[in-house]
Amino acid sequence: MTAISIPVRRVGPVTSLRNTFTLTWRSVLKLRTNPEDLFGLLLQPIMYLILFTYVFGGSIAGGTHQYLQFSLPGIMVLSVVFATLGTGIMLSQDVATGVFDRFRSLPIARWAPLAGAIFGDMVRYIISVVVTLGFGMILGFRIGTSPIAAAMGCLLLLVFAVAMCWASALIGMLVKTAQGVQLWGFLLMFPLVFGSNILTQADKMPGWLQAFVKINPVTYLTEAERALLVSGTLYGPAGPPVAKSLLWALGIFVVFAPLAVWAYRRKT
Amino acid sequence: MREEGNAIEARELVKRFGKTTALAGVDLTARTGTVLGLLGPNGAGKTTAVRILATLLRPDGGEARVCGYDVAREAHQVRQLIGLTGQYASVDEGLSGTNNLIMIGRLLGLSRAGARARAAELLARFELSDAAGRAAKTYSGGMRRRLDLAASLVGRPRVLCLDEPTTGLDPHSRNEVWTMIRGLVADGTTVLLTTQYLDEADQLAHDIAVIDRGTVIATGTPDELKAGAGRQVLEVTPAKRADVDVVAAVLSARLSGEPALSAESARVTIQVDDGRQMPEIVRELDDRGIELAEFTLRKASLDEVFLALTGHRAEEEDTPAQKAGAGAPAPDRRKRLSRSAR
Repeated sequence: MTAISIPVRRVGPVTSLRNTFTLTWRSVLKLRTNPEDLFGLLLQPIMYLILFTYVFGGSIAGGTHQYLQFSLPGIMVLSVVFATLGTGIMLSQDVATGVFDRFRSLPIARWAPLAGAIFGDMVRYIISVVVTLGFGMILGFRIGTSPIAAAMGCLLLLVFAVAMCWASALIGMLVKTAQGVQLWGFLLMFPLVFGSNILTQADKMPGWLQAFVKINPVTYLTEAERALLVSGTLYGPAGPPVAKSLLWALGIFVVFAPLAVWAYRRKT
Repeated sequence: MREEGNAIEARELVKRFGKTTALAGVDLTARTGTVLGLLGPNGAGKTTAVRILATLLRPDGGEARVCGYDVAREAHQVRQLIGLTGQYASVDEGLSGTNNLIMIGRLLGLSRAGARARAAELLARFELSDAAGRAAKTYSGGMRRRLDLAASLVGRPRVLCLDEPTTGLDPHSRNEVWTMIRGLVADGTTVLLTTQYLDEADQLAHDIAVIDRGTVIATGTPDELKAGAGRQVLEVTPAKRADVDVVAAVLSARLSGEPALSAESARVTIQVDDGRQMPEIVRELDDRGIELAEFTLRKASLDEVFLALTGHRAEEEDTPAQKAGAGAPAPDRRKRLSRSAR
């Protein structure tokens, strides 16, 4: 096997896909060789579930089981949104360690490293969703709808996460260190995640906060998850919040994907 | 493949970063199948030049061709011909040595089995087989560098760009890298090698371009550089230490250069433009009854050439990796070029 002897002018679509596939494989492999990362991904949802359920459960909802039924869909949203930070952290590490320079010196599709990172992270989101739902069920959460509706709920989370991770990718390309990405990511994601109806209903919050909660995409996503996982009669029909969540996901994607690609191309 | 006599040809390369001019019109030529050494102190513009040739940076002015392909307009073709090892080991620390190399092989279009075989072959060649399954983050500095070199060779590049490949390596690893470079060149690979080590350029490079503050200030073979402008060096050591001052006085009276005294070895060193004065000097020293332990006329070292060219001193300094604690096991003290603090 020797190297290509006559250089070709550009990367064909098949090669581009193969490049992306190889780099997706790399992202997934890194998860396996970095026990800390995997551990964090597994433990974070478990920690949130235990803390929120037993700390807030009694006082907010009058019982841990009732609260779990209320909060689990929100905790799934929270876990998956925080998991999108991993995309930005990995990209900034690749830039800092010079791995990106190596990719750029190779005759591969220019966007393959970015696409590979994002596809690879879908595995992380799936793990996050499965662990949250699984552990929630161990604690006593019960799906009140149908398996199909629940599966749709999980799929909706993945769609939203894939949109969000472009924002994370943008941070990763703009901030120089992994710690910086973590800091900026949390600064931006905390208000988004907790300024919502994840943990309590919004009606007892001050007016200005209610205004924010009402436009927050996390609120819609949480409403959609509640309707899909717990009950469409208790939390209203799933249609409107699902549609709004999808619109938000599309909006986030339309804004941040080009920005992330721009920041990425600026470096390449 | 566009066959040309020169694997690398750069004309008038200019690169600015904000107000800093990293390259101010650099010409470089590497003949196919040879090593071009790019020699200069830190911040001279070596890395910038390499990054332009490796298609990582676009020049602001001038043009560069690798095997006849323009690095800016035909970057994709150039990328199929080059291998790059940067100053910072760019291996994926989260992957094992084997998987790092398989990833590159797959990206370069090798089959799964082909990539695996090539990875095993390179790991064996760089004595990394025992650590092949371990994550690269557990590797020592020298091992990482070897893995990085292996990664740049997966595609059997025609032109290999090595940016300070031995900085921070212990002497044993450095010799291995040197042997590897010689082997590649014997197989027909062209190597662009940047270094701040004079002996490295002297050992490996067929041609040297001395670069300082973004411009090439001298080019030639190591011998040409050393012989250039009649630069020879006379070293005289009197048998009796007390005679050192007299020797220095005689030499400075007869020669135009400034004599340098080495206190510990009682040796006087001076630049010589014309070797024909040697008999007279020997006669005068003899007349004054000075017994000589050493009287040597030799070509200037690259170190001295560099000093003469730039006015910068070359001094003994620890390797940067040692300072950064990157874990070079046996620290070596080698001559590095550096700017004097004047």
